[in-house]
Amino acid sequence: MSARTSGPGVAVAGVGMHPWGKWGRSFVQYGVHAARAALTDAGVAWTDVDLVVGGETVRNGYGGYVAGSTFAQALGWNGARIATSYAACATGAQALDTARARILAGLSEVALVVGADTTPKGFLAPNAGERWDDPDWLRFRLLGMTNPAYFAMYARRRMDLYGATSEDFAQVKVKNSKHGLNNPNARYRKEVAVEDVLASAVVSDPLHLLDICATSDGAAAVILVSDDYARRHGLVDPVRMKAVSTVTPTFPNTVLDMPMLSTDSSGGVEPERTFKESLALAAYEEAGLGPEDVDVAEVYDLSTALELDWIEDLGLCKRGEAESLLRAGDTTVGGRIPVNPSGGLACFGEAVPAQALAQVCELTWQLRGQAEGRQVEGARVGITANQGLFGHGSAVVLTR
Amino acid sequence: MTAPAIEGWFTTGPDPTLTGERCTTCTTVYFPPTIAASGFCRNPACSGEEFERVQLSRRGRVWSYTDAQYQPPKPYSAPEPFEPFALAAVELPEGIVVLGQVARGYGVGDLKVGAEAELVVEPEAVGDKLIWKWLPLGSGHVTELGEEADQ
Repeated sequence: MSARTSGPGVAVAGVGMHPWGKWGRSFVQYGVHAARAALTDAGVAWTDVDLVVGGETVRNGYGGYVAGSTFAQALGWNGARIATSYAACATGAQALDTARARILAGLSEVALVVGADTTPKGFLAPNAGERWDDPDWLRFRLLGMTNPAYFAMYARRRMDLYGATSEDFAQVKVKNSKHGLNNPNARYRKEVAVEDVLASAVVSDPLHLLDICATSDGAAAVILVSDDYARRHGLVDPVRMKAVSTVTPTFPNTVLDMPMLSTDSSGGVEPERTFKESLALAAYEEAGLGPEDVDVAEVYDLSTALELDWIEDLGLCKRGEAESLLRAGDTTVGGRIPVNPSGGLACFGEAVPAQALAQVCELTWQLRGQAEGRQVEGARVGITANQGLFGHGSAVVLTR
Repeated sequence: MTAPAIEGWFTTGPDPTLTGERCTTCTTVYFPPTIAASGFCRNPACSGEEFERVQLSRRGRVWSYTDAQYQPPKPYSAPEPFEPFALAAVELPEGIVVLGQVARGYGVGDLKVGAEAELVVEPEAVGDKLIWKWLPLGSGHVTELGEEADQ
């Protein structure tokens, strides 16, 4: 056993998805489909599952608020322990963390983690009503500040500080659309050219429609098991989950963060690292690995430019150098450090409680060598990253 | 007389300022001024519970900027037909980055990361309420400071 596979961890026994897209089904149907696919992949009977963790979705009424039990009931009550998590875009990772912690504590052996959503077209908007103390409501009411406007602020900073161009951003879309061509779970499977991106309407300068991920329906599920169960179950050389980072920012959080109207005061001293950098660092420390060990990364490309930010936040290159990696083809499958081989959100679209789980599904297939048509050859270590709003975010490290 | 779109966040008049709150224990400054209502300083190393209102610096440097070329969803009130508007995040000397719409008549072409901007108060796009905005400085446009507040 190599150093990589020692230390605490849990095994990823199975993963599954419902293909993303607008299928007109309920989030329960999507989630159950993904869950059953993961159970089949693991060769685990539903009656063996002793913990169900559901990723909550706020758009689907009571059933979405209590997603854990909604999925558990739909699969057939089996007496499992249950939990539901909500952490915006980090929902799936937080759900995995709950499952992993119970397994590591010896309180569970087989956990099903599932997230599913049906997401309306267009800008995500706050819930109805008038709430003058709700930052998410206030940012729309006072400023008309949409999610893409935040992504555009980050993108514009890259342009003014590091000389990024609209063509660079478009190249991220070109790369990811190529990666997703052969992914059966991706919603968009069509090559996109730089000209297509640049010819699409500007939503928030400098970002075009094709620089910004769509909203989508989708579902993903993961079966986590204890090492002991894996052995008894005959699981040989499984993918292992070495770290789940869900750290909050540290005060003062000086990088503008959705949905806030302002940052904390730096008090004249900038913090040692940003929130997103600390998410990655906590994951690396927990895994006992570093950026130099990473073979493949799945990151939150809510916008094309955001993928470039994440490459730096994960320490895969120095600040301001992500464009160089992209231009050299380093982040393309076949390159030095492929990023978003699944096609990313560019090809999937956003289904909030499922996406962090979908990243883990993709890395599992990558580390098993099953990512047909988009395989990163010889991948042994993968990292995911995403940022939810309001201090939520996550990074997960998988190894084999 | 037109009233602010939100009470107590900024002053009006010829030299408007944002209204912040300062912890009397650790001197950390906060904006928007909602900290006293929550009752406890957000600095984890501080147990302060008392805050005083302070006027924030009027000028700062652009942290970043963009615009809204598609109509934002409700509760934003947009004119018919929709008129795109610019947005800026400006870092004040207090070390706080504050979002705001950009003063009417200015767009992303008038802005640059690191450039100076100044706080002004203008009417909202719809209705007669006032809102704080960022006025780009040194962009070549000639605007009398305070002009917007006099409208």
